[in-house]
Amino acid sequence: MMKKNIIKLIMSTIIINYSIQVFFVLSGYKLQGDLLVFSADNNILNMVDPIPQIIVLMAILIGLAVNAVLVTIAIGLYQKFETFDITKMFEVKE
Amino acid sequence: MTELVVLLIVMIIGAVVALEIKDLLSSVVIIGALGLCLSVGFVLLKAPDLAMVQLVVELILMVILIRATVIEDKHDNNKKRENAYFFVVISSLVVFLSAAFFIIRKLPIFGKPIFRISYAYLKDLNINALGSNILASLMLDWRVFDVFGCMIALFVAVICVLLLVKGKRKI
Repeated sequence: MMKKNIIKLIMSTIIINYSIQVFFVLSGYKLQGDLLVFSADNNILNMVDPIPQIIVLMAILIGLAVNAVLVTIAIGLYQKFETFDITKMFEVKE
Repeated sequence: MTELVVLLIVMIIGAVVALEIKDLLSSVVIIGALGLCLSVGFVLLKAPDLAMVQLVVELILMVILIRATVIEDKHDNNKKRENAYFFVVISSLVVFLSAAFFIIRKLPIFGKPIFRISYAYLKDLNINALGSNILASLMLDWRVFDVFGCMIALFVAVICVLLLVKGKRKI
């Protein structure tokens, strides 16, 4: 958040998103657990926790949507102010 | 477990490098490599469905970000902000880390998750109805309202992007 470039700020939100996703999946991991598939040699009580995986699946999709809107707004700001620098954006006067 | 630790360390170093490097295009490429590392990590954590979704989402995100970085910026924008922001960042970091220190001690031990709600789900799951993939059947059986909300958010985002692009063309 110390950067001036607006694309770098969007990238930092993407990295925060990734770290939260890894944290959720790690919290549901079971050592020597089975895959989430019904089969003959998979025990249902020895499986990885499915709830964090469902939450992360939705978080990935919503993160994509949020980042697409952010990049579109950044390009719109560039076309209006002709810079990506957020401190110089509101000094431009016609 | 060692390969997972190595992968996570590589991801942390890559994140720092992506934010500190000067060239915008190379930092976008490093972000793409981070997403691919994340998808490999999901495979190691026994979540292959997440790995597939992450792969597709990462490619779309790379295209969007490269579209933004193709624009040439005339000003030099690699400088940092004033010192006042530095103290704000450091103080919020201290508050966040001290809160995290107390919260992380309350979490269950790694490798032994709390299995209460999931056990109730898995016990009553109808195997013959929705196929053998447990994630898909849970999403379409128990959590279908959440999927509905997720789809609404996606469509609203698409409408926002289309509106912004159309509005720029008219001006």
